[in-house]
Amino acid sequence: MRWITIKTLRAALTMWLVVTFVFFVLRATGDPAAILLPDDIDQATLEFYREKWGLTAPLWEQYVSYWKALFHGDFGISFRNNMDAFQLVWERVPKTALLGGTALLIALVIGMPLGILAALYKDSWLDRVIMTTAVFGFSMPNFFLGILLILIFSLQLRMLPSSGSGTAAHLIMPALTLGTGFAAQIARYTRSSMIEVLIRPYMRTARSKGAGPMRRLAQHALPNASVPVVTILGFKVGELLGWAVVTETVFAWPGIGRLLTHSVAVRDLAVVQCIMIILALTMVFSNMIVDLIYGRLDPRVRVGAGTASK
Amino acid sequence: MSAFLTAENLRRSFATGRGGLFRPAPRFFAVDGVSLELEKGQTLGIVGESGCGKSTLSKLILGLIEADGGSVRLGGQETLNLSDADWRAMRRRMQLVYQDAAGALDPRMTVRAQVEEPLRIHGLPLGAAEEALRAVGLNGTMAGRYPHEMSGGQLQRVVIARALALEPDLMVLDEPVSALDVSIQAQIVNLLVQLQAERGLTYVFVSHDLGVVRHISDRVAVMYLGRVVEEAPKEAFYDGPLHPYARALLDAVAVPDPANRRTQAVRLGDPPNPANPPSGCRFHPRCPFATEICRAETPALRDFGGRRAACHHAEEIC
Repeated sequence: MRWITIKTLRAALTMWLVVTFVFFVLRATGDPAAILLPDDIDQATLEFYREKWGLTAPLWEQYVSYWKALFHGDFGISFRNNMDAFQLVWERVPKTALLGGTALLIALVIGMPLGILAALYKDSWLDRVIMTTAVFGFSMPNFFLGILLILIFSLQLRMLPSSGSGTAAHLIMPALTLGTGFAAQIARYTRSSMIEVLIRPYMRTARSKGAGPMRRLAQHALPNASVPVVTILGFKVGELLGWAVVTETVFAWPGIGRLLTHSVAVRDLAVVQCIMIILALTMVFSNMIVDLIYGRLDPRVRVGAGTASK
Repeated sequence: MSAFLTAENLRRSFATGRGGLFRPAPRFFAVDGVSLELEKGQTLGIVGESGCGKSTLSKLILGLIEADGGSVRLGGQETLNLSDADWRAMRRRMQLVYQDAAGALDPRMTVRAQVEEPLRIHGLPLGAAEEALRAVGLNGTMAGRYPHEMSGGQLQRVVIARALALEPDLMVLDEPVSALDVSIQAQIVNLLVQLQAERGLTYVFVSHDLGVVRHISDRVAVMYLGRVVEEAPKEAFYDGPLHPYARALLDAVAVPDPANRRTQAVRLGDPPNPANPPSGCRFHPRCPFATEICRAETPALRDFGGRRAACHHAEEIC
């Protein structure tokens, strides 16, 4: 119980910092009304919109009223099209979730087995091939891989659509673009963490029990090696969302990443703030989930387990 | 009649560096032609300094690492170079207990699960796990714990229970008490002695602690740089070792009463680099009795009536 309280308080603090930071930084980088409205607009109209969007009050008053609204579930109105900011963002969340989820799945399905293979055959040609490919995989910029895929599969082979999100075929290239770099990183983490586990005495114990190679892998090596990999995964979810911005732009994928770049460019304050809050919440939750999985994987950090542990 | 456990001319080398294209990597023999025999239900203590090949020898006997040459027989049956299936079946007959009890246990599994695992692997009834835990003095509540929730002595009991569960004939104990407090050491050693008496177990007990070895062993073998330099029944060995190195080891043991001190202990200094062993008798640079022949000729392990020693001057020294 105490653990949950601490976690929640910490999450709340994180959220407060994010909201505050975004609020002030956005307002410090220029007058939204001036940026959003045409250059040749007259002063009276400009003032009218400033008044309407609540930009005339002192900054701290704006800050306080923003928080008040937040507690009523009101994220504000998009300056651009007068829609409820939350609704605008929420509509696009499933698209980004689909893209990010698929990419993460690809990363795990490709990255983990390759990492395991590389560790089992450490220093062999197989290890070298896998690790060289991995270096290539995560040093290649995201957008570049995206454009390369479009060139090959859309323009040359005409197999896959280059943009949009209508069908499963639309998902393949963006998800691969986003997932490849992560697959490479996961392969590396899995490899190093497996190598560390494989030399542990309990692996020798398992062998002397008569456990065969598959059992040693599934029962002893993998569960122990996955602990650090899962930790990394928690951080990676945030990074994944960050890269989703680039990928969504390249493939014209209608997710929150593209909405974010657009909204930052025109200082659509309410929308940017709403997106940041949702991203931050996603981060906080994914880390909480990692903590929970952690407890499942490693009894030493299991909450409330045993009495002898200090 | 041949002994229950026989090791013959076991050798194992390790690479010490990288080779070139046409030049093989330099190697040294961690275990260099070791032959031992042990009767059923007895304990052979193996002593020597760090790096003398004790641990390598214990892994060789169990077949956990591959030997460059030599053979091991248990009850007349060859145990090295087996097929996978035979190798695994052999695990039921020989088990390992080693120094790092905490490391030897999977941190993610409860004690019960770890002791049951060998039984599952070999398709044996799981009840033997509970029985083995009880035999080492751990009750049912302990069985549900994870390794990090137990003390060092308890962990070593778990490791012993895990080995016992398969009801092996041979247990190789590699420094099983070195990492424990002295009071706990005594408990574990007494437990081992008791289990041996009850079950007729055969022990190979590797240790650098001559006191513990004296307590538990029937025979003692002294290793020096990969070779056995003396092997004798316990009483004979502790009464009067034949090899100058064995003597130096015994003299170096602290004696509670200074009046009982035998002689001034020989100062040995650091052992030579095992990767580049001295010529002739490997002990000659540190030996106070060394002569010309020791530098030139490797002494054979000669029989002295129930005991063996590898020293050119054994007759004159003792």
